[in-house]
Amino acid sequence: MPKKVLDARNLTVTYRTEKGPLDTVRNVSLKICSGEIYGLVGESGSGKSTLARAIVRYLPENGFLKEGEIYLGDTDLLSLSKAQMRRVWGGRITMVHQDPNAAINPSVMIGEQIAEVVRTHLQYSKKEAKDKALEMLIRVRIADPEAVARRYAHQLSGGMLQRVLIAIAMATNPELLIMDEPTTALDVTTEAVILDLIGDLMREYDTAVLYITHNLGVVARVCNRVGVLYAGEIMEEGSVGQVFKNKLHPYTRGLLGCVPRVDVNKKDISLKAIPGFIPRPDELPPGCVFAPRCELVEEACRKERPLLKDIESGHLTACRRYEVLKSYGEVIADQRQLHERTESGELVLEARNVKKYFPVAGRLRLFGKSKRQEIKAVDDISIRMRHSFTMGIVGESGCGKTTFARCIMGLEKATAGEIELEGELLPYSVAKRPRDTLRKMQMVFQNPDASLNPQHPAGEAVARPLKLLRNMNNKAVQERVKELFEAVNLPEDYIYRLPHELSGGEKQRVAIARAFAADPVLMICDEPISSLDVSVQAALMNLLVDLQESKSTSYLFISHDLSAVRHLSDWIAVVYLGRLWEIGSAEDVFVPPCHPYTEALLSALPIPDPDIKQESIRLRGSVPSAMDIPSGCRFHTRCPRKIGEICEKEEPPWQSIGYYHQICCHIPAEELQALQGEGLLQKGEGMAE
Amino acid sequence: MSETINALNQKQSRLKFISTLKRLQRYPTTLIGFIIVFLFLIIALFGPLLAPYAYTAQNLPNKLQPPSEEHIFGTDQFGRDVYSRILVGSRDVLSVAGSGTALAVFFGLLLGLFSGYRGGLFDELIMRAMDVILSIPPLLLAMVILFSLGPSRVNVIIVVGFLYIPMVARVVRSVVLDLKTRQFIEAARLRGENSLYILYKEILPNVLPHLAVEASMRFSYSIFLVASLGFLGLGVQPPSPDWGLMVGEARTWFHQARWVLFFPAGAIALLVVGVGFMSDGLRRMLLPGGVSDA
Repeated sequence: MPKKVLDARNLTVTYRTEKGPLDTVRNVSLKICSGEIYGLVGESGSGKSTLARAIVRYLPENGFLKEGEIYLGDTDLLSLSKAQMRRVWGGRITMVHQDPNAAINPSVMIGEQIAEVVRTHLQYSKKEAKDKALEMLIRVRIADPEAVARRYAHQLSGGMLQRVLIAIAMATNPELLIMDEPTTALDVTTEAVILDLIGDLMREYDTAVLYITHNLGVVARVCNRVGVLYAGEIMEEGSVGQVFKNKLHPYTRGLLGCVPRVDVNKKDISLKAIPGFIPRPDELPPGCVFAPRCELVEEACRKERPLLKDIESGHLTACRRYEVLKSYGEVIADQRQLHERTESGELVLEARNVKKYFPVAGRLRLFGKSKRQEIKAVDDISIRMRHSFTMGIVGESGCGKTTFARCIMGLEKATAGEIELEGELLPYSVAKRPRDTLRKMQMVFQNPDASLNPQHPAGEAVARPLKLLRNMNNKAVQERVKELFEAVNLPEDYIYRLPHELSGGEKQRVAIARAFAADPVLMICDEPISSLDVSVQAALMNLLVDLQESKSTSYLFISHDLSAVRHLSDWIAVVYLGRLWEIGSAEDVFVPPCHPYTEALLSALPIPDPDIKQESIRLRGSVPSAMDIPSGCRFHTRCPRKIGEICEKEEPPWQSIGYYHQICCHIPAEELQALQGEGLLQKGEGMAE
Repeated sequence: MSETINALNQKQSRLKFISTLKRLQRYPTTLIGFIIVFLFLIIALFGPLLAPYAYTAQNLPNKLQPPSEEHIFGTDQFGRDVYSRILVGSRDVLSVAGSGTALAVFFGLLLGLFSGYRGGLFDELIMRAMDVILSIPPLLLAMVILFSLGPSRVNVIIVVGFLYIPMVARVVRSVVLDLKTRQFIEAARLRGENSLYILYKEILPNVLPHLAVEASMRFSYSIFLVASLGFLGLGVQPPSPDWGLMVGEARTWFHQARWVLFFPAGAIALLVVGVGFMSDGLRRMLLPGGVSDA
């Protein structure tokens, strides 16, 4: 019987604000046993970090615990003094944060940072501490631990740093480990490795883990129990199996319905976005906090706040109508019918052999000639896009996908290659392109906060392209702006709002309206949804699909999120180190035979369904520098299916597999097929056909 | 469309102004700063009307009198009323330092905007020129220039402006460099806006808050510089009641009449502190969350 490590009862956290006290977390109880990984999921603003900080008594100055009790083992944390608490932090409770760069001291060597912790908390001698540091580095599977121990933070990659943080956190063998979005800042492939590591470590140690995340897929992969937090209250709690298979709260259902599945795409289903927003803590509804957005709401829900009820052996829900919900059936998404897209449509964009090299200022040499170095961000990429069609580009960060898009838009001058829009060759620089070309191509950027001018009202952003590119008069502009706001589902009075009065999703809607104002034939979406919450993502993806249906615009959709790309794209191109490795229709690319890199990406993808058994293919290390590209096949340094010398020496050939599906690999397609077997997506293949 | 937006903007800025005033109460130093600066402005505007004596009125038998009922700040070596001279002298300080600051802000803004936006060799040349100016101690440089131009009110203004252009230009440039990479600028380029529009409509409004803070800081430095130059006899010439000049003249009589030195020096200090508090407050109000938050 595992013993209870953390027992937090009825926590209510209050912040003193200008508007008076606000209860941001209300009446939340958490129990975590030793060896258990408890996943706390919620969207931004749900209070997950506040809750974690309250548990370790580390709230900001204006926050305090209004009610509740917190026990760590037998210790009543609330009765401890500040000095006693300091011994608990870092010793009995440790934390791993989202941003490893901010959590590690850049001027102290890695080994010393681990040693310091054990010296302080476990009173180790210098020698013992040093050995312990090495031991911990080995435990977190760092190759060459002695060298790494002598390095500084800037010499390590994000994934390595996150391991070091885990090593620091585990060094004192804590009773409770709190992880606050530890993998959110990492690439999928690195994330998968770290998640494996966390899973393995937790089997070795007996630590209780509170794992905070917004990613349901991650929860399904590493956690034992899960609590779903919404607007400061727990909506549903249970074992991962219980919650994912038998969702007893409409919010949990909604959240899961927002995540696109890798086995089907927009042609089959539309995502089910949750209407409305998380209520602000000062505008909470009187009854159930989810009632205003709930489909099953009835009068009683609005009046009376429901309490968490234990339904079956540890599966708790705060929904009054869970019985109804059970009989309601699993409606994850609606069926839908879209225009048939064919490969014979009009050609919109053709990019041939596009290259972009960035010069690097070489080190000054006094003697001899310095070698001119270049970062080959994009090295020979060609794509074709047809009318009313979406091309998805996937790859890890730093693979050149954004640079490629910027070259097409002319924001970066390509070094070489040809870019044709509707058969017309385009100049490299946006400044040299004619008005009409500018009108035809528009872009939606990644960061919603930077994509609107903070000093201009939202309407102004949408009105400008109308005046400039469509030569409309004021009256026509006014009409059109209203239509566009309606098209992106924003109320009319938002036209006059300044960006800081909009949420991230709303800003991105304005940015989409701005891009559509010019009536483009091609729209480049550079990670437009990746900084947003899942429910907002789903709504935006649906919006993009609907707009494409009505306006027949082609999208070049760039993302590192495979499931989003799979959902939106007709065709998918896989990019690694500035080059394409696989291209084909969305159905083909994710089904064997596929390129070993695609395979690794797929197997790394956290899928919010504990039933799907993914192959565990992990990439070693991180993406090599684009300044020093490996010879032969660029992927050979990390390829799990490397066959031998040929991979290091010769560039792999393109192989055609079926209908326009191409792979660039030395391994023959039949062999890949045999190696990869049925692949990950067998479960949904019937639906995709 | 744009009219309605403008009207709404005005309404919003009025609301913003009120909430700004409310926030001001929470920072007493800021409030004190604004009050001090406001009082000095009133004095500068109505100084001659408030002054009990003409600032040039000599009364030799009454020279170097300590503060009394007739002369609350005492009299100087010519028997002139120190209080009246300080009141009238505020005009000199504020107008000279103010004009100098305005000059620096105007040219600094222009240089910073273009240099930051254009980049490349143009930027390099301008910024290195600025570095050259910055590398010479300001007072020394001011003295050299004033020696060659000859001391006069206009020349002091030119010198103050010239000396502070680089600092303003650097601040503006760094803000522009940050803004330039933001995607709303790229969006503007993608719809074919010309550079002037981008500079004037997209970048400038975001620079203004930074500029306001910088200008207020420059103003407090300018007051100091103008006073120093007056003290050295290189600024406004006698018989002007320039504070720096008054301190300089009073040096000789310090042992007999400390008040002749104390009051103008105190006035300088009070004004500089007031402007400093004000500029701190402006920073807090206009740039919440640090410098990069444009």
